[in-house]
Amino acid sequence: MYIILMGGGNVGTQLAKRFIAQKHEVLLLEKDSTHARKLAALLGEQHVVHGDGCDIRIQKAAGFNRAEVVVAVTGEDEDNLIACQLAKSIWKVKRVVARVNDPSHEQVFRDLGIDDCVSATSIIFNLLDQQVSSDLVIPVGALHKGGMEVVESTLSGLSPLLGVKVRDLALPPGTFLVYLLRGTAGGPIDGETVLQEGDMVVALVPLGEAENLRQVLATAPR
Amino acid sequence: MRLVILGCGRAGSSLALQMAARGHNVTIIERNPDVLRRLGSHTHVNVVLGNGLDLDVLEQAGAAEADAFFALTRGDNTNLMAAQIVQRNFGVKKVALKAADPLRADAFRRLGLFVINASAIIAGMCRDWVLDEPIRPTGEYNILVEEMEL
Repeated sequence: MYIILMGGGNVGTQLAKRFIAQKHEVLLLEKDSTHARKLAALLGEQHVVHGDGCDIRIQKAAGFNRAEVVVAVTGEDEDNLIACQLAKSIWKVKRVVARVNDPSHEQVFRDLGIDDCVSATSIIFNLLDQQVSSDLVIPVGALHKGGMEVVESTLSGLSPLLGVKVRDLALPPGTFLVYLLRGTAGGPIDGETVLQEGDMVVALVPLGEAENLRQVLATAPR
Repeated sequence: MRLVILGCGRAGSSLALQMAARGHNVTIIERNPDVLRRLGSHTHVNVVLGNGLDLDVLEQAGAAEADAFFALTRGDNTNLMAAQIVQRNFGVKKVALKAADPLRADAFRRLGLFVINASAIIAGMCRDWVLDEPIRPTGEYNILVEEMEL
């Protein structure tokens, strides 16, 4: 696969290393000539081009027309957006991915046709937000001479457990989701149950696995 | 009219002063307080200090109520992004911007933006002047036909 990366900062450089290791055809565009020379020494001459990834002539020379993916990961949102818009509109690149530095720009990018955008701020925020909500795995009792814990948890809209059949959830070994309270209606949970936001779930967890259940609940969505 | 201008450079400050002198309500967004001196001391131009790509700053400058928006910084990508945000998120009908790179200007003209390319206008006017041809409407100079071949 031909992958073009724009921006030779930490993110771009690490991505280039990984894609090269995976035997993809990789080209990294870097605007600063001194930095581009350093990157060429690090990654190999054939993987680095000095130039502005928003310059249509540079894009032509870099072969944007045959790129399967263009990834724009500079520290400037405007550069990432325009590079991706040009890649789509002029070169018909199927998949464009943009780094979004200001999280309020995520929606702006989506509205302007950049479907894949990644905001480190949002990811970290969501992780921590989940960490907080997953603390709401509340111990409510012990069974089996203390060998099993009974816990309850109310699922937030960010829970990775939403929308998946219970049989397909990767839960810690020996963990059972047993009882569901949805609104005012309570009932048993079986393999076919699909959980929703706001569900209160009672689970049986072997002692020592409660922390792992917390980890499952703290996993970032998708 | 209510106008919001991004960038207090030569183009932005001139436009702001001209429109304010004609009695329009002008707000200029600028990141660098030093260049606000271009507006002089006795003007009626509102100033918002900040980054014009920040939705809160645009909101504060009154982009939602603006009749027209102009993105006139020296960064082509900044101008292109700001113009699209204002057009889409704030629903402003008249949005213009300048772009120094004629190819990029043309690409975004095709996406429906009003993009002004100063080099093309200067080149075209010089050409017609030296060839003794009549000076045409500026819109006809805005596109550098020779530059369009990729």
